[in-house]
Amino acid sequence: MQLTERHREYWRKNVRLTVILLAIWFIVTYVVGFYARELNTITLFGWPLGFYMGAQGSLIIFVVIIFYYARYMNKLDIEYGVAEEDK
Amino acid sequence: MATQTQKQFFQQLKKYYSVYTGGFIGFVILLAIAEQMGLTPKYIGYAFLFATISLYAVIGIMSRTADVSEYYVAGRRVPAFFNGMATGADWMSAASFIGMAGGLYIQGYDGLAFILGWTGGYVLVALFLAPYLRKFGQFTIPDFLGERYGGNIVRSVGVFAAILCSFTYVVAQIYGVGLITSRFTGIEFGIGVFVGLGGILVCSFLGGMRAVTWTQVAQYVILIIAYLLPVVWLSVKITNFPIPQLSYGYALQKVTEREKAITVDPKEIEVRTIFKDKAAAADAKLKDPAAAYAADKAATDRKLADIKKDKKATPEAVAAAEKSAASFPKDVDEAKKQWAKDKGLAARAAPPRPHAEAFPGKDEAAKNTARLNFLALVFCLMVGTAALPHILMRYYTTPSVKEARDSVGWSLFFIFLLYFTAPALAVLVKFDVYTHLVGSSFADLPRWIASWAAVDPTLVSVKDINGDGIVQLAEIVLGQDIIVLATPEIAGLPYVVSGLVAAGGLAAALSTADGLLLTIANALSHDVYYKMLDPHASTQRRLTVAKVLLLVVAAIAATVAAQKPADILFLVSAAFSLAAAGFFPALTLGIFWKRANKWGAILGMLAGVGITFYYMTLSQPWLRELFYGIARSVPVKPEDLWFGISPISAGIFGIPLGFAVIVIVSLLTPAPDKKVQELIEHVRYPHLKGSAARSS
Repeated sequence: MQLTERHREYWRKNVRLTVILLAIWFIVTYVVGFYARELNTITLFGWPLGFYMGAQGSLIIFVVIIFYYARYMNKLDIEYGVAEEDK
Repeated sequence: MATQTQKQFFQQLKKYYSVYTGGFIGFVILLAIAEQMGLTPKYIGYAFLFATISLYAVIGIMSRTADVSEYYVAGRRVPAFFNGMATGADWMSAASFIGMAGGLYIQGYDGLAFILGWTGGYVLVALFLAPYLRKFGQFTIPDFLGERYGGNIVRSVGVFAAILCSFTYVVAQIYGVGLITSRFTGIEFGIGVFVGLGGILVCSFLGGMRAVTWTQVAQYVILIIAYLLPVVWLSVKITNFPIPQLSYGYALQKVTEREKAITVDPKEIEVRTIFKDKAAAADAKLKDPAAAYAADKAATDRKLADIKKDKKATPEAVAAAEKSAASFPKDVDEAKKQWAKDKGLAARAAPPRPHAEAFPGKDEAAKNTARLNFLALVFCLMVGTAALPHILMRYYTTPSVKEARDSVGWSLFFIFLLYFTAPALAVLVKFDVYTHLVGSSFADLPRWIASWAAVDPTLVSVKDINGDGIVQLAEIVLGQDIIVLATPEIAGLPYVVSGLVAAGGLAAALSTADGLLLTIANALSHDVYYKMLDPHASTQRRLTVAKVLLLVVAAIAATVAAQKPADILFLVSAAFSLAAAGFFPALTLGIFWKRANKWGAILGMLAGVGITFYYMTLSQPWLRELFYGIARSVPVKPEDLWFGISPISAGIFGIPLGFAVIVIVSLLTPAPDKKVQELIEHVRYPHLKGSAARSS
């Protein structure tokens, strides 16, 4: 079938969100990882920050990214009329 | 009406698994009481082994099915929450459960590459694959490649890559099952492997994906209880706070202080000097082995002769001299082996490595190479996670695209529960070892040391090297696996908790093995047999073929595992790089770039896997011996490595090359036809009104 302009807009929005979340993922993993030594000079509640990010901080952000994506997209589906019909 | 049923189904599942969890906890409490009344550890081990395996068997038999969709994708009605649990169990292997915290204990910050890589990969699964694969809605991953790019060549390359990475992985899991059963029940390793095989087959044989899904949920419950309980207890013991993930900062601070004290402690330095001298002496002897052997032998003989002449010598001294003369190496070669081993003691002559320090190295260049390797490994593990077929397959089983998206979130959440606990566990155990074990007297070592050393001497060894009767850190050798295995005892819990930990490790290994076996057997039965050889086969015939193949693959994997293959761990990590380079570019471009075509995909997959494998043969001693005949004892020269990357991260070259080849070749060859364009649109939108494409 022929896609309408609204369909294209839905897909553009999806790609945009994907890129933004991917950028966050990249920063949290690789930029923070790259500067782990420098971050380790800061200590928070006993943890050197670089170590804490690798052990726990980044993981929490990963979980949040995925749930946020699911929520946003599930809403976007309804908004653009491409949600699955209840079966 | 139909939604109602799905909702009811969810409620029903919740009820079943709550009762199940309660029942399991009750069983553990009963065993704890039985232990107080005198049940021996051996029988507790047996009780856990047989009770859990029969439980899985009951679920497996209850889930038997003769329906193709039930067999391959559990009828596509697994709610997001439960699919998350099943994925968690599918994902977390024996290595995650038993080895990970130990790796963190030994490697400190560097071990976090696995924590980051094996969780962050789910972000890629969520953003790039899960919802689209669910919308596509077929049975296997090669299925998607075959439909999207068209033709049996792509499908075959996909089948080959899926089997290549899943098989090495499943062998490692069955090996893990054998190890756990033999450690906890004392039965022989080979028999343990086949007991495990039985445990795996009862879950998958009759019910395929449906049975595997519901046993995996059950296995997740056991493994997470078994992992968290001892850590929480240890946390209360050390920090007076029951949430270890929040409280271990305090323990980490203490560990860092202790590391500094141990580095300058004179007694520790004394032990390290003994190792250093011994290693240096061995190194010198290895330069002229024949002369050194003759000199050593003469000295030992002379000492024995002298002591025999000496009237005042005690009988013990005479016996000791006789023993050392008798155990003297028989020839130069044997002596050389001994010296090579002694030379390795140099590693123990180093002061403790600071736990939280990132990328240690002797100079700036070494530190930068360490950092590059850390980041490369994280990247390969993440992309590999998002490319392993047994994980991606799980997202075919949810009722809708919406639930597939949610399900990735739940998957990572359930994995996260274990993975963010592991760093805490490593630090808490280190705290206990550094503050209680180090500095204690050899006369009253804790009991777990002797009992685990008796089970397997590579797990733990503590020897009084400088003879002062006090334990120094340099005198302790801990194997990777001991950290999780001994935690219950370190925390002062009864043996029943050790049995529970074993049951957890077993659940982790069995659940992963199940998912992998099913992936391999399904790739063969669905993609090779049904799609390529006999598209008209009846349902019954397809299922019979699927089940026969499952048995055959399981038997082959168990036979390989029973040989105790060397370098199994390397093969497993290699699987990630290979999967990442083989699948990830073709899968993501297939969804996000309409222009990607058949020849691009075929050549891209082959180029990605090819370069990854080629780099491994250059840089991994064992593969290098196999392919180029260079003995594995010859160290890999730094100039042979590209940018200093270690073989485990070979995918760092394969992934970009795979993307590049797909793009270039696709642009040089004709665009895919209209039918493919429509398929791509079909997977991009959860629901297109009036779409001609097949409904899911």
